[in-house]
Amino acid sequence: MPELSRDEVRHLADLARIDLSDAELDHLAPQLNVILESVASIQGVAGDDVVPTSHPIPMTNVFREDVVRPSLTPEQALSGAPEAEDDKFSVPRILGDEQ
Amino acid sequence: MSAWIERTAAEQAAALASGEVTSVELVQAHLDQIAATNGDLNAFLHVDASGALEQAAASDARRAAGEPLHELDGVPIAIKDVLATEGLPTTAGSKILEGWIPPYDGTVTARIKAAGLPILGKTNMDEFAMGSSNENSAYGAVRNPWNLDRIPGGSGGGSAAAVAAFQAPLAIGSDTGGSIRQPGAMTGTVGVKPTYGSVSRYGVIALANSLDQLGPCTRTVLDAALLQELIGGHDPMDSTSVPNPVEGLVAAAREGAAGDLSGLRVGVVKELQGDAWSADVVERFDESVSVLKDLGADVVEVSLPSFVHAMAAYYLILPAECSSNLAKFDAMRYGLRVTPEGSPSAEDVMRVSRDAGFGDEVKRRIIIGTYALSSGYYDAYYGQAQKIRTLIIDDFKRAFESVDVLVSPTAPSTAWPIGEKADDPLAMYLQDLATIPANLAGVPGISIPSGVSSADGLPTGIQFLAPVLEDARLYRVGAALEAALLDKWGGPIGPSSYTSKEA
Repeated sequence: MPELSRDEVRHLADLARIDLSDAELDHLAPQLNVILESVASIQGVAGDDVVPTSHPIPMTNVFREDVVRPSLTPEQALSGAPEAEDDKFSVPRILGDEQ
Repeated sequence: MSAWIERTAAEQAAALASGEVTSVELVQAHLDQIAATNGDLNAFLHVDASGALEQAAASDARRAAGEPLHELDGVPIAIKDVLATEGLPTTAGSKILEGWIPPYDGTVTARIKAAGLPILGKTNMDEFAMGSSNENSAYGAVRNPWNLDRIPGGSGGGSAAAVAAFQAPLAIGSDTGGSIRQPGAMTGTVGVKPTYGSVSRYGVIALANSLDQLGPCTRTVLDAALLQELIGGHDPMDSTSVPNPVEGLVAAAREGAAGDLSGLRVGVVKELQGDAWSADVVERFDESVSVLKDLGADVVEVSLPSFVHAMAAYYLILPAECSSNLAKFDAMRYGLRVTPEGSPSAEDVMRVSRDAGFGDEVKRRIIIGTYALSSGYYDAYYGQAQKIRTLIIDDFKRAFESVDVLVSPTAPSTAWPIGEKADDPLAMYLQDLATIPANLAGVPGISIPSGVSSADGLPTGIQFLAPVLEDARLYRVGAALEAALLDKWGGPIGPSSYTSKEA
């Protein structure tokens, strides 16, 4: 397995929307490589004939009837919101400066 | 110390039924114990004294009015902070959810309330259930009642320590790779991971959806059976809920306690032996296995060769699922929002909030998961891990053709000193060697105390695994071994500083 560089860790954290500090990168990057090294052993263990399992107990298309039923009120749904306005979640601007 | 708290949940229920005690008295006794011990243990993150006493008074009133009652009505319970409880803080051990009050109950919470069990409070845990020592809690480590310098196991260290220290007779845990069973082993208590899908996950803050399962933390096998029967059953609110009922658990525990295991075929797992297992744990394990033989069980060794890849597969599947699950903690709709200076965008706020709100282990797993799912690596890592999952399921199927249950030590060692592995993720992951395969395959597992280590005086655990939906087998064999060991020991093992002399 290729070793993850500090920049790659920064990139992955950015994909996951985590703003790691330099100190965190110094701390976490070597640990991540130890973990990846330990899981690398699984490469090539199972051949093409093995079907992957995503769920231990297979079930397909679990639907409920499409009927209206009680749910949270707007007040309940917004009760944990950092900011709310007009029965809606209030969020910072979602477009970048250049957009 | 009130001796009431040392009684099992079944005994407390019987005393309520006979009018020997009231639910208010039982709840007050446990609240007193929490007040006296939680400063040391840190097992509870939130105690709801007034709510629990109100629920207890309501239970006593129902009983006085002669209403039909659930067997456990009035017996107090603690709930791991991973399960939504309407009106009670629910943090999953994370700063990112500090102060969040769920506007709804998870299904298991609702079932507990409907059965009339007063809820004492919410128990501490590793952040988002990631850890084997409870040191990853954003609210401080839980301490082991057997030795305050030792870890209580994780991620459900709070629930296990609460039950071990008589703060609660019953607690709810969640088990994704061993988080109910391993803390059970570390604290000398009983922990059960039911068949995947047999207990609703609705209202559980998900770690890894295909692995997570709620289950009971108790001091006896019978109490665990009573609690699993209460919380289990199909739930239309959980699309992975199995329609087949898992029944006969209490009956199996009572049958097992009679002590006859003739005809039961027990397989000792070959791959869960060897140098990784400390001698004092193995000593107690071998002793328990010979007790099983004395009780009439046929014990053979069986090989499940793909188990050697279980840990690697797990530490790819779990991070992959959690990196996706934890994306919802985005500082927009609930939870911590940290706004940097200037005119930040929503994404800037997410980045800063998630960095401030998540601890190291959560960040490690999110990054590993993001990597494992990225194009170019997906087939080599995540795809391989899913195939190994198939091989492990096949191993279980083959093994259960020749034996009824599998057995191994629950964890490789007894509880280690707080701090010893706190910043060594790989050493921590290795603690889950024996517990992970059950989650990958969805099969049920139980850990019960196998004794006390001759090396350090701390408890050791033994684990049984059964086929999917055959949870009753665990209760039969667990109760039989428990009864025989109690007989041998002359009574239950427990942390000496928390047990009263007169009990």
